[in-house]
Amino acid sequence: MQPVIRITDLTKTYAGGYEALKAVNLEIDRGEIFGLLGPNGAGKTTLINIVCGIVTKTSGTVLVDGFDNVSDYRETRSRIGLVPQELPTETFETPLNVCRFSRGLFGKPDNPEHIEKVLKSLSLWDKKDQKMMLLSGGMKRRVLIAKALAHEPDVLFLDEPTAGVDVELRQDMWNVVQSLRESGVTVILTTHYIEEAEQLADRIGVINHGEVIIVEEKTKLMRELGKKELVLHLTDPLAGIPTSLGDFELELSDGGCELTYHYDTKRDHTGITSLLAALHDAGIKFNDLNTSQSSLEEIFVGLVHKDS
Amino acid sequence: MNYNAIRAIYRTEMARMMRTVVQSIVAPVLSTSLYFVIFGAAIGSRITEIDGVSYGAFIVPGLIMLSIMTESISNSSFAIYFPKFSGTIFELLSAPVSFVEVLLGYVGAAATKSVIIGVIILATASFFVTIEVAHPAIMLLFLVLISVSFSLFGFILGVWADGWEKLTIVPILVIMPLTFLGGTFYSISMLPPAWQTVSLFNPIVYLISGFRWSFYENADVAIGLSLGMAITFLSLCLIAIWWIFKTGYKLRN
Repeated sequence: MQPVIRITDLTKTYAGGYEALKAVNLEIDRGEIFGLLGPNGAGKTTLINIVCGIVTKTSGTVLVDGFDNVSDYRETRSRIGLVPQELPTETFETPLNVCRFSRGLFGKPDNPEHIEKVLKSLSLWDKKDQKMMLLSGGMKRRVLIAKALAHEPDVLFLDEPTAGVDVELRQDMWNVVQSLRESGVTVILTTHYIEEAEQLADRIGVINHGEVIIVEEKTKLMRELGKKELVLHLTDPLAGIPTSLGDFELELSDGGCELTYHYDTKRDHTGITSLLAALHDAGIKFNDLNTSQSSLEEIFVGLVHKDS
Repeated sequence: MNYNAIRAIYRTEMARMMRTVVQSIVAPVLSTSLYFVIFGAAIGSRITEIDGVSYGAFIVPGLIMLSIMTESISNSSFAIYFPKFSGTIFELLSAPVSFVEVLLGYVGAAATKSVIIGVIILATASFFVTIEVAHPAIMLLFLVLISVSFSLFGFILGVWADGWEKLTIVPILVIMPLTFLGGTFYSISMLPPAWQTVSLFNPIVYLISGFRWSFYENADVAIGLSLGMAITFLSLCLIAIWWIFKTGYKLRN
């Protein structure tokens, strides 16, 4: 299937010489939720703004649904909705009016039913006639999403959509994103909350210093780059790791009461059975054990540090 | 052509005018009425007719021009500056619209407001003096041409300004003096010859003169020259805006 967005050798150098993007190549599949992660200043927002037409590229191409975003900007922009990182709102306008405006601006005729549906889906219907200046930050964030959805985009960019919102609203937003995916909308999500990407994204891209350093399916990424560990809670503390256990990758902690074994789930043999047998032979007893897997956050931090 | 976008921008801008009807319409009408009281009634009674036209009637075209020039600049500069200031400009920049549609929306709305204000001031003036319009079509042409041109100029100003001070400095320090010195309250022929020559370097002179000609067939400069100057100003503004959108000057990084 043709990707809905194809970015080829995209570069951006700002006046003053700062190189925000260095030959970025990226493809976004139709209907997926793509999590774009990266530290501050990595180039995430620049990338989004170039695709949307807000920032001009230095070189490279961006195709949306096969259309070039410069020569066929009407085709590409009408397919894209953008929820920006900041909260810019028309202070004296109402949610209903700003959504009507957005829909018209993107070339769609009036459709009160659609606007009503969008506002209701974001729990904004009862606030539709309130001035924006009277809405809370969370409500303004919802209005921005409503504006982006007002023209029925095929692709939605959510740039830090849950920054500064409370836990309940964040959960609501996640539900909205899931329902958008179910309706066929492609969602590109940038976030600082790795948990958010872990929860929502089908694929993850990590960008650092203007370069995409990895793009992978989330489950595969976590499987391949994540590590598992087995923690044994010992009955009697150990002064050190016995030499008979020297072949295993072990760590002793908690005053000798915890023995941690790092292993790779991709290997044919994890070594757990051998370890347990060796512990038995050495007369080391344990009264509890648990396993854990590295989170996406740990993988992300590892990738970014490695790249730095 | 994205007609829905033009309609959306135009409708929103006109709604803004209705929300601020006192500032948009009542204020210019009130200030113009005060000009009539001060210059027309109090001072005008001591001034003889100018080219066969009573002083009160003579200043009507100039006062209309003064209002529509300042209102056109104010409306369109604010219309584009405020989204830049608040950050909502991102939506306009990411929308499938060309500069033509943006202009038809923003400048169209600003010019419409100016024409409405011009007509209201004309109606208000008729309560104070007897007004005759010798060439209604030419009068309307000038009214629309000047409203559109100065709305375009205001749009450029709104894009250029990166602070509230810059937004107001050009209308106050450039446009207002040029308008006052451009024959709003007097005929250039009343000045000493040297100042008459200096005045001819003021482009506003040509606009006010042409507009006044459509009322009384009296002009400081030939009507063709006035019309040519108005069209030249309009063209220069259009070229500047085309360049702004082409290069993204102060809009896109």
